[in-house]
Amino acid sequence: MTACPALTALDKPRRNALAARMSQPRVPSCGELFLGFLQIGGLAFGGAVAWARQVLVDSRGWMTERDYAELLGLAQVLPGPNIGNFAVMYGRRCHGLAGALSALGGFFLLPLGVVISLVLLWGEFGGNPWVGAFMKGVAAAAAGMALGAALKSGFRLKPPPEQIAAIVAIAALAAWWRVPLLWIILVFGPLCVGMSLRRALRVPKA
Amino acid sequence: MSPHPIDILLTFGLLSLLAVGGANALAPEMHRILVDSRGWLDDATFSQLYALAQAAPGPNILSASVMGMAIGSWSGMALATIGILTPASLLAWTVAGWLDRLRGAWWIRPAQAGLVPLALGLMGASGFILGEAAASFWLAPAITAGTALFSWLSNRSPLYALLAGGLVGVGVFGLGLP
Repeated sequence: MTACPALTALDKPRRNALAARMSQPRVPSCGELFLGFLQIGGLAFGGAVAWARQVLVDSRGWMTERDYAELLGLAQVLPGPNIGNFAVMYGRRCHGLAGALSALGGFFLLPLGVVISLVLLWGEFGGNPWVGAFMKGVAAAAAGMALGAALKSGFRLKPPPEQIAAIVAIAALAAWWRVPLLWIILVFGPLCVGMSLRRALRVPKA
Repeated sequence: MSPHPIDILLTFGLLSLLAVGGANALAPEMHRILVDSRGWLDDATFSQLYALAQAAPGPNILSASVMGMAIGSWSGMALATIGILTPASLLAWTVAGWLDRLRGAWWIRPAQAGLVPLALGLMGASGFILGEAAASFWLAPAITAGTALFSWLSNRSPLYALLAGGLVGVGVFGLGLP
């Protein structure tokens, strides 16, 4: 994950563009981590996963599609807030403890402030029907955003057929049959990792 | 009578380690502990606070902070937030360390790649579950589908779609449609 030294001679936009072309993402500084995750937390209506992808992969280019999906998979298997775990792991990878604290702090700062304000405003405007109507529309759109992010990642990563089957099965079990998450993870975690290892063993190591 | 601070901290610390899959999976367990078992909140307060936390941006795990505030004011909020974040973050920190040490191992990349279906499948499922919960008026599923197409096929910020969804919601309400 260390940046290529020759890249540092270039100015920032060209460095980013070049790094993106070389598919060797640039390592953000602690300040950039803080701001990036501040943006993710502040924008994340209805869940942070889709926004994290948008900021880290699409808009800042710090991670490749594959890096993102792999680390997210791990963050989701661990207990706790998915993107909170993600922030700790990605921050540690970039800058150790300082990086983990920058990312986690940035991620929670704005949402915590908003939530506290909302509780304080609860009695005053909670009953306003216009506010309620707006929030209902936003909630419906936020759901679509999660679907769109999954489709976008899926079509870019082009997973092998057995993984596509697993994606569909997991989504159906969780959304349609509401199978408790712990069971899905206990069954599909080892199963998917096993399938992936088997594929890696069959294909000669590159 | 407000519960003991240590009690609040430990209760939310335990919840933190149960929250596999994030806060939406945690809601039933949180309800069981805070309302049924401890009796710190009544049923109506719990559901109203939960909806409030979901309306805010950011991780839904902050519903814990909101509950803490209702249980023990500002100190309750701080204790609940610290409680819900610390154990999970320490675990993530430890796992990230293993990952770093094992980087050279041949099996670590394929093993991690095996977690991609879980990430994408659960992301899709949360879209369906949120969409169903948000389908409170007739146009809501259309907003959901439109936003899904927009964020899949366009590289513009999804914030436009969220804003459009909110405005459609206001329009539907303003026209007096159900």
